[in-house]
Amino acid sequence: MASSDVARQLDKGARPLSLAGHVGFDSLPDQLVNKSISQGFCFNILCIGETGIGKSTLMDTLFNTNFENFESSHFEPQVKLRAQTYDLQESNVRLRLTVVNTVGFGDQMNKQESYQPVVDYIDKQFETYLQEELKIKRSLHNYHDSRVHACLYFISPSGHSLKSLDLVTMKKLDSKVNIIPVIAKADTISKSELHKFKIKIMSELVSNGVQIYQFPLDDETVAKVNTTMNGHLPFAVVGSTEEVCVGNKMVKARQYPWGVVQVENEHHCDFVKLREMLICVNMEDLREQTHTRHYELYRRCKLEEMGFKDTDPECKPVSLQQTYEVKRQEFLAELQKREDEMRQVFVQRVKEKEAELKEAERQLQGRFEQLKSRHAEEKAALEEKKRLLDNDLTSFGNRKTAAALLQPPGFTVNGKKDKDRKNSGFM
Amino acid sequence: MHGSKDGEKSHGGDFSYVGIDAILEQMRRKAMKQGFELNLMVVGQSGLGKSTLMNTLFKSKVSRNKSVQSNPEERIPKTVEIKSISHDIEEKGVRMKLTVIDTPGFGDQINNENCWQPIMKFINDQYEAYLQEEININRKKRIPDSRVHCCIYFIPPTGHCLRPLDVEFMRRLSKVVNIVPVIAKADTLTLEERDSFKQTIREELRANGIDVYPQKEFDEDAEDRMINDKIREMIPFAVVGSDQEYQVNGKRLLGRKTKWGTIEVENIAHCEFAYLRDLLIRTHMQNIKDITGSIHYETYRVRRLNESNGHPGALQANGVAAQHEALSHEM
Repeated sequence: MASSDVARQLDKGARPLSLAGHVGFDSLPDQLVNKSISQGFCFNILCIGETGIGKSTLMDTLFNTNFENFESSHFEPQVKLRAQTYDLQESNVRLRLTVVNTVGFGDQMNKQESYQPVVDYIDKQFETYLQEELKIKRSLHNYHDSRVHACLYFISPSGHSLKSLDLVTMKKLDSKVNIIPVIAKADTISKSELHKFKIKIMSELVSNGVQIYQFPLDDETVAKVNTTMNGHLPFAVVGSTEEVCVGNKMVKARQYPWGVVQVENEHHCDFVKLREMLICVNMEDLREQTHTRHYELYRRCKLEEMGFKDTDPECKPVSLQQTYEVKRQEFLAELQKREDEMRQVFVQRVKEKEAELKEAERQLQGRFEQLKSRHAEEKAALEEKKRLLDNDLTSFGNRKTAAALLQPPGFTVNGKKDKDRKNSGFM
Repeated sequence: MHGSKDGEKSHGGDFSYVGIDAILEQMRRKAMKQGFELNLMVVGQSGLGKSTLMNTLFKSKVSRNKSVQSNPEERIPKTVEIKSISHDIEEKGVRMKLTVIDTPGFGDQINNENCWQPIMKFINDQYEAYLQEEININRKKRIPDSRVHCCIYFIPPTGHCLRPLDVEFMRRLSKVVNIVPVIAKADTLTLEERDSFKQTIREELRANGIDVYPQKEFDEDAEDRMINDKIREMIPFAVVGSDQEYQVNGKRLLGRKTKWGTIEVENIAHCEFAYLRDLLIRTHMQNIKDITGSIHYETYRVRRLNESNGHPGALQANGVAAQHEALSHEM
């Protein structure tokens, strides 16, 4: 490391100092590594590809385990994503691996919206991280990072060119995630066709402005390897978990009547290159790129969308506080306005209802009066009739006593009333 | 932590090797490329040997020695000043930006009330600067870390007990920064005096509820606790600093030469400098930085963000998370 590097990398305000003996801070990287070992690592891979193209098999082969994926049907109405998390361990390194597979990609009749669930998933992971980062009481150091670090895009081995679905999807994803395109089922293409296919794919990607992940060249130890590998993109892979006896060894391979395709043979396919690049050489860089480039871009867009700015139109720095205050006032004013409106509407309705009820009351009152007067009339009529009846009764009574007086004495009136009445009726 | 899919692999080129453990190497390479930052603060009365100790720790002229001929009035500042000097040092490919923050004038005045305030303010300013950068929309790839990772407090070797100034200072600052107390100029104490002094100091620290580094509550597991308990038994370290070499038994060693013998700085039978150096640099440096970042800084952040919820006029970011949610529902 040249001293100019030192000055550039660290700070212009610091002067270089030479040490007269061994101090001991060269153990710092070890301390850092030890801490990371105790914390464990996180890695999330997203596999996009059509159903049956070999995503699950490749994952099994890459990580040398059986992830217990079941075959999906071809009749999914929409693209879905299925995420599964596994804990792996190799020597003393613990890795929490999340593999996200697309289910039903490329199966629908209308594939216009196929990319949307993928974009939504990636954004959701960024959003969760952003929420955690913005919290007041946060626990970033224990946080299980679910952001997608690498996206393996499986290209079907037609031998001609990329499908338009591939181009559209990759274009939507290139600013959100590190895309590594792979040619799946590469044992169906012959070597010469493969070479032409790769060139065609890369030129199509370049002409459509799709930015795929380039292996980093700034670290001298790996720059050479990475440059060569960059020239081999996209990797043509074959996956297999079955073992076949070749020579006197058991190797992972696919057995055909005409021969055996060995997965880990570099002449047969690029699987070893993919494994080396993805895991052994660049895993840390993939994670770093996801955090410093893709996540920062997302964060910036999201916050700007909400109206937060770093500088206002006069180019004076605006603190987040001021913008937040302004927004909060607006929000409260909005709430207040709505509340007032609702209150007005409420008052209006109450008035109307009151008027209605008054009207009804008045009507009822009217009817009541009516009924009351009718009732009084009828009562008067009845009283009249009763009076007449009473009069009749008294006059009858009088006549009866008069008739009784006129009767000859000794005529005893006994109980036969009917006869008497009849008799008196005659008189 | 073995999960359900336990793929125990062996190293070596057979086909069962995946290569996950290569990530350690990748991480180490990246860390070396980026370089490290360390910010140390030294606090103590003038004349206790702070600059000399820094020079001894890092085996170079980290602090320029105050020239003896300067006017005594000029030498003692009227208030506590904060002087921060940065250096780039490199050892075996590991680059570090070391910042030593000196506090001339601490404890030197007649009236020393509130002399910790400029220091507290400085520490909080560093946290504030980091917070502001963190909440920016467009933020730098790597936020420059000027937060004080460790504060070395120099206790004068009276041999009796802590002074009120010491207790006050450590009580206040142990809540915001990692404090490592050391007994300065320990060659004035015999071994018995040293031990009883340390005992008294430890009791007083416990009695006043002062939690110095390594703090008991941040021990992660039993192994950590064991290592840290051993360190806690030795705190405060009795140190002697020197940047001059003398010939002892045919070897050139750092030491102080007196008429009755030569005190070897790096000899653990003479003083505890080696323990301090090991703690600060060789074993616990990363841990010190982590505690500063994940505990002291987070406490500051929580306090600031909660504070401004009640005072809209304060100049800092609010509970942006709550606002973020509210607005995203609005939209």
